Amino acid sequence: MGPALIDLVEKWIIQDKIKNIHVDSNYQLNIEDAYTIRDYDIVIFLDASVEDIDGFMLTRVLPADKVNFSMHSVSPSFVLHLCKEIYDYTPEAFLMHIKGYSFDLEEGLSRKASENLNLAFNFMKDLLSGPEISTKHLTGQFS
Amino acid sequence: MKRLNTINITTMGQKLTIEPVTRVEGHGKVTIHLDDENNVVQTRLHIVEFRGFERFIQGRPYWEAPVLVQRLCGICPVSHHLAAAKALDVIVGVGPDNISPTAEKMRRLMHYGQFFQSHSLHFFHLVSPDLLFGIDADPVKRNVLEVAKEFKDLAVQGIMMRKFGQEIIEATAGKKIHGTGAIPGGINKCLTIEEKMKFLIGKDPLNIDQMIEWAQSAVDLFKDYHKNNQDFIDNYATFPSNHLSLVRKDGALDIYHGVIRAVDPDGKKILHDVDYQDYLDYIAEEVKSWSYMKFPYLRSLGKKDGWYTVGPLARLNTCDFIPTPLAQKEFEIFKAYTNGKPNNMAMHMHWARLIETLYAAEMIKKLLNDPDLLEGELVRKGNKTIEGIGLLEAPRGTLFHHYRINKDDQIEMANLIVSTTNNNSSMNKAVELVAKANMNGRDKITEGMLNGVETAIRAYDPCLSCATHALGKMPLELTLFNSRNEVIDILRSE
Repeated sequence: MGPALIDLVEKWIIQDKIKNIHVDSNYQLNIEDAYTIRDYDIVIFLDASVEDIDGFMLTRVLPADKVNFSMHSVSPSFVLHLCKEIYDYTPEAFLMHIKGYSFDLEEGLSRKASENLNLAFNFMKDLLSGPEISTKHLTGQFS
Repeated sequence: MKRLNTINITTMGQKLTIEPVTRVEGHGKVTIHLDDENNVVQTRLHIVEFRGFERFIQGRPYWEAPVLVQRLCGICPVSHHLAAAKALDVIVGVGPDNISPTAEKMRRLMHYGQFFQSHSLHFFHLVSPDLLFGIDADPVKRNVLEVAKEFKDLAVQGIMMRKFGQEIIEATAGKKIHGTGAIPGGINKCLTIEEKMKFLIGKDPLNIDQMIEWAQSAVDLFKDYHKNNQDFIDNYATFPSNHLSLVRKDGALDIYHGVIRAVDPDGKKILHDVDYQDYLDYIAEEVKSWSYMKFPYLRSLGKKDGWYTVGPLARLNTCDFIPTPLAQKEFEIFKAYTNGKPNNMAMHMHWARLIETLYAAEMIKKLLNDPDLLEGELVRKGNKTIEGIGLLEAPRGTLFHHYRINKDDQIEMANLIVSTTNNNSSMNKAVELVAKANMNGRDKITEGMLNGVETAIRAYDPCLSCATHALGKMPLELTLFNSRNEVIDILRSE
């Protein structure tokens, strides 16, 4: 879901020649992402979610107050915390949760996941086109 | 994540379960069985999750395998990518030894980049907290964020070394996710001159000379630590083992291609540089009812005695020399410590890992200066066969990929033996040793003791995700059993 949304956003910013937005994707977050985010004012992490939400949700991310690092599991808040410790800088950060349903080995997205992806993409376009990301965009669920 | 800090053992015949194994990947648990006097009578490292990747790729066109198998692991996708491509080199009739020089060198560069990033990540961010703060230190202190706070330069080095390796992978595999660089019979791109120059003389610190310097300083850091903590480093979870790895045909350390060699704890060769296409003649896998992870063994020695260790320590125990100057110098110091005999000290796995990090950096520099990377034949073709085996050394150890296809070019059989599976018996043995040393006669488990068990497992750098061929989310759970084998508590973390 994360890479799929990144692909959509990347095509959109290229097509509409939007400046000052950069995208990146990988199998998972890792320590070097602390280095990457130090250069940005605002960072939005994107990932699939199994939480009990409708469609998608945007929440604020703050530096972690506990450690949950392992090689295969690095959270956005850990990356923020590492960035703060090493580079003495914390960008504003948000997490886009996109509801997914089936995570077994198979190809492609389910129909409902695809719908959520499109909803999230449309929301992202509005969000990134606007002057700022404010609290009105947060924690609410959109479907 | 909630941790099991202390368990009071007041009844007879208790069974203690340590779950999850934190800072160890995937979903595993350790059970420790005590007798009436609270002495450890049995320990087991269980792998409790299984989703069969080998089944998933059945029916898929064979050429998809190098991309599909990367989903096995977010840390070593390149190992699976290349092992699959090597197996398919055989299937497309090019054979294991006949891809073009350009293709082999591009694949090697990708592989060394992966070794460099994975070993760096493992040492600086998983192991260094134990070494810098001590395995008994408060877990609030014993973590990478505290390393970042108190040893900022070290944490930055780890981050930049990992980033450099990742960028090598991106340049050679084509992209960060689901890279397509290696294809059956070769490779699909060369390195550009811009990419080459970026890695050779890139912006400080992201250039290869800085990486070599940092890799050397990491080896020195470990040696200094060893001097001051000799008893711990030499004796922790140490036991005699057979060792198995790929070596180059002339006996050099080689992580991409060669023959399989195994030595016993005294250095006697027990597998004599055999062709990995014949691995089934030499290696079998035992299934045990209590773990989804199989137990490989050498057929010639049988199930009881044929288990072996793979990974950095095994590679330095099986090879005769390292073909790069700085790493060779360190290899000689490493070998001299055991008078040329195999090194069976589990914590020396970290020493070996850092020597390999230096080796990978030197090999990257050597390849970056090789004109074959910039142009040359990318792909070769041959007469198709129905079966192929790819083998290489992943950061954690020897990795086998074996495929058979049908007349419609679909994969009909896949067998993957990953590094962690190869180390299954060794990790179980290490856990047993540590449990007996730390827990015999005790009626409490402290967090330090739990971390002691994990420290032993971490030396092997296990990836339980690869071992169970699973992917996606990994639920973490902590379960406590009483003497009647009843679950009395479960803690879960997300």
